[in-house]
Amino acid sequence: MTSAPPLIAFQHVSKSFDGRAIKAVDDVSLDVTEGEFLAIVGGSGSGKTTLMRLVNRLIAPNSGKIIIASEDVAQVDPIELRRRIGYVFQSGGLFPHMSIADNIGITPRLLGTPPREIAARVDELLDLVRLDRTQHRDRLPHELSGGQRQRVGVARALAAKPRIVLMDEPFGALDPLTRDALGDDYRALHRGLGLTTIMITHDMTEAILLADRIAVMRSGKLLAEGTPTELSESTDPYVGELLGTPRRQAERLQMLLPKDDAARSSAP
Amino acid sequence: MSLFSDPRWSDALGHLPDYLGNHVRVSLAALALGLIMSLPLAIVARHRPVLRGALLGLASIVQTVPGLALLALFYPLLLALAALSLQYLGASFSAFGFLPAVLALALYSMLPVLRNTITGLNGVDPALTEAAQGVGMTPRQSLTMVELPLALPVIMAGIRTSAVWVIGTATLSTPIGQTSLGNYIFAGLQTQNWVLVIFGCVAAAVLALAVDQLLALIETGIRLRSRVRTAIGVLGIAALVIATLAPSFAHSGTRIVVGAKTFTEQYILAALMSQRLQAVGLPATTRQGLGSSVIYDALASGDIDVYIDYSGTLWANQFHRSEILPREQLLTELKTTLAKANITLFGELGFANAYAIVMPRAKAQALGIKTAADLAALSGNMTIAGDYEFFSRPEWAGLKTAYGLSFKTQRTMQPDFMYAAVASGEVDVIAGYTSDGLIAKYDLVVLDDPQHAIPPYDAIMLLAPKRAGDETLRAALQPLLGRIDLPLMREANLRAAGNDATSSPESVARWMWEKIGKK
Ligand SMILES: Nc1ncnc2c1ncn2[C@@H]1O[C@H](COP(=O)(O)OP(=O)(O)O)[C@@H](O)[C@H]1O
Ligand SMILES: [Mg+2]
Repeated sequence: MTSAPPLIAFQHVSKSFDGRAIKAVDDVSLDVTEGEFLAIVGGSGSGKTTLMRLVNRLIAPNSGKIIIASEDVAQVDPIELRRRIGYVFQSGGLFPHMSIADNIGITPRLLGTPPREIAARVDELLDLVRLDRTQHRDRLPHELSGGQRQRVGVARALAAKPRIVLMDEPFGALDPLTRDALGDDYRALHRGLGLTTIMITHDMTEAILLADRIAVMRSGKLLAEGTPTELSESTDPYVGELLGTPRRQAERLQMLLPKDDAARSSAP
Repeated sequence: MSLFSDPRWSDALGHLPDYLGNHVRVSLAALALGLIMSLPLAIVARHRPVLRGALLGLASIVQTVPGLALLALFYPLLLALAALSLQYLGASFSAFGFLPAVLALALYSMLPVLRNTITGLNGVDPALTEAAQGVGMTPRQSLTMVELPLALPVIMAGIRTSAVWVIGTATLSTPIGQTSLGNYIFAGLQTQNWVLVIFGCVAAAVLALAVDQLLALIETGIRLRSRVRTAIGVLGIAALVIATLAPSFAHSGTRIVVGAKTFTEQYILAALMSQRLQAVGLPATTRQGLGSSVIYDALASGDIDVYIDYSGTLWANQFHRSEILPREQLLTELKTTLAKANITLFGELGFANAYAIVMPRAKAQALGIKTAADLAALSGNMTIAGDYEFFSRPEWAGLKTAYGLSFKTQRTMQPDFMYAAVASGEVDVIAGYTSDGLIAKYDLVVLDDPQHAIPPYDAIMLLAPKRAGDETLRAALQPLLGRIDLPLMREANLRAAGNDATSSPESVARWMWEKIGKK
């Protein structure tokens, strides 16, 4: 951890549903530094989405606090908070009745940005997520492929120039090639725009490849967190199990494709 | 083809601008009011299960009330409200025609809109409402920018259903004094003029289809973001409204409104009075097919200016008097009672239209029946038919006690079918009307009432309070008083029961005037 104050801090946050019968998030404390790319990994139902929805107040915690830029989010107007945090939804969440341009420009429009500026911004964002302007601007979401739709989702999250982007399994439903390309592209954007990103994934390999730091959740609890290297030193059996898959994949790939290293040049 | 060269088509066509215009206005006003009530209610109720259940339950109950009854119920309700408002606010409004029709139809229109709006909004993918929240929409923005547009097809389907219902049901607003395409249907049914019935039904159906298609155009226009489609749809509806408003603006002014109840004789007499008024240059229109209980109140409150009622009907039904007085005395008493409500009993026409027990002449002779008393011994094995109100009227109670009548079965029928039923032997006797032309046509006899169990039913002309001193009007209608005897009225009724070109109330009224003039 760096010594700078965290941009996002979870402090003993808990959230239960159905009259406390389900503890979706259980006493989680976690800091995210400005500019960091954090991945949250865990099985289905482990509380990842719930933890993320707490950040922009789509739901409120039962106890604990979430601090963003030294402000308790409970004290901030939720509408205003959501407009300055980008959110990429698990299923895309594009509005089917709005054109791609309208989808991307929605948050600036809510903020009252003049239409001319929105149009310019939309074009800029289409470039940024590598979609052809003229070809996609006026289409409806259902006319795009899954990968293109997720690119639009990313563009929409970035439209109001947020400092923070939250992504809930953004590439989960895509084929491996598209997913890889999108992941790399997003990683570049994250760095280029100086974003702070929290990304949920159930895929440890993806987390290792994209994130600076990884938080592991299980049954609502934060089980472990740290850089991939730090995690690999963990003695927790579940963390070990999660790391087992990428390890095996790496070994097998190493064995089967020994000369592949030269072709892949994205790693720094 | 002779069917289309029939002059009744052009007669019917002549009324079209008036009837259609009124129909469109009352339907669209009701639909708009219904939407203004239903949409916000549905939006408020969609996340509140208890409220939602209560609303949909209420709307369903309203739906089960027959359209005619719902419309009729609004009339006394508004009449009471109008009286209250006059007393406390010093201003009154007309409880007749447009207002009760619009309110009742608006209530009627609510169920499909409520149900479809709630279903449509609740059917929006929760992932999308969460996305709306996530991108920073307020609940209101989420509703207008995401939920309503996505629910639009379902909501529009509800609006279209409700438009078709309202346009269809609006035909039933004729009896409460709202002119509509129902005027064709009611008049046609009463005078057995099927051309009119078909004309009215087809016109209402075409109107319903047209509005439905225009709404569909608006819906696809919005959904496919086609400005052209939306514009055509909106312009179509606007054109309909403007086209139907134009003639009524030209017409408006102080016209004399002649009322008519829901049977043939009334249609003829109303036509006759209108023609007399028009002959002296007074602008007159008729409001036909008014319910028996509506028409008197309409006259008292000045919504209509003149109509024909029957002494016994007013006596028993309007003033709830049960004693049976001799003819002259009843008229005198009635005149005083009416005067208290500022209504003028202008005079008698010269015939009575009373209820009477009627049966085929041959059968009566074979069984040796001449009077109601003769019937008593045989009635245990007989079936009697009467109109919709007869068996709940005091006359029926009076007849039963006076002669000890007790029938095996009693059936309720549309008056015009009753005569055919007794002639064919389907029923044994009927409670008919003494002035009905069908008595002669089917060779029926009217049984005597030696104990005067049935009160006199002299046809009398009543004038609204504001017309009491209108000398031109009085002079125009005076020639009808005392000039219409029972044979003339019977023949007129028989002519109108015919099914040919000369059987319209207007032509029968003209024929009557010729006869009156010759006397
Ligand atoms: N709105 C909700 N109401 C009730 N239970 C919920 C709700 N949201 C999540 N849960 C429950 O909380 C737990 C954690 O869910 P979630 O955060 O979606 O898990 P993950 O994203 O890791 O799959 C699950 O048991 C889920 O069923
Ligand atoms: Mg999840």
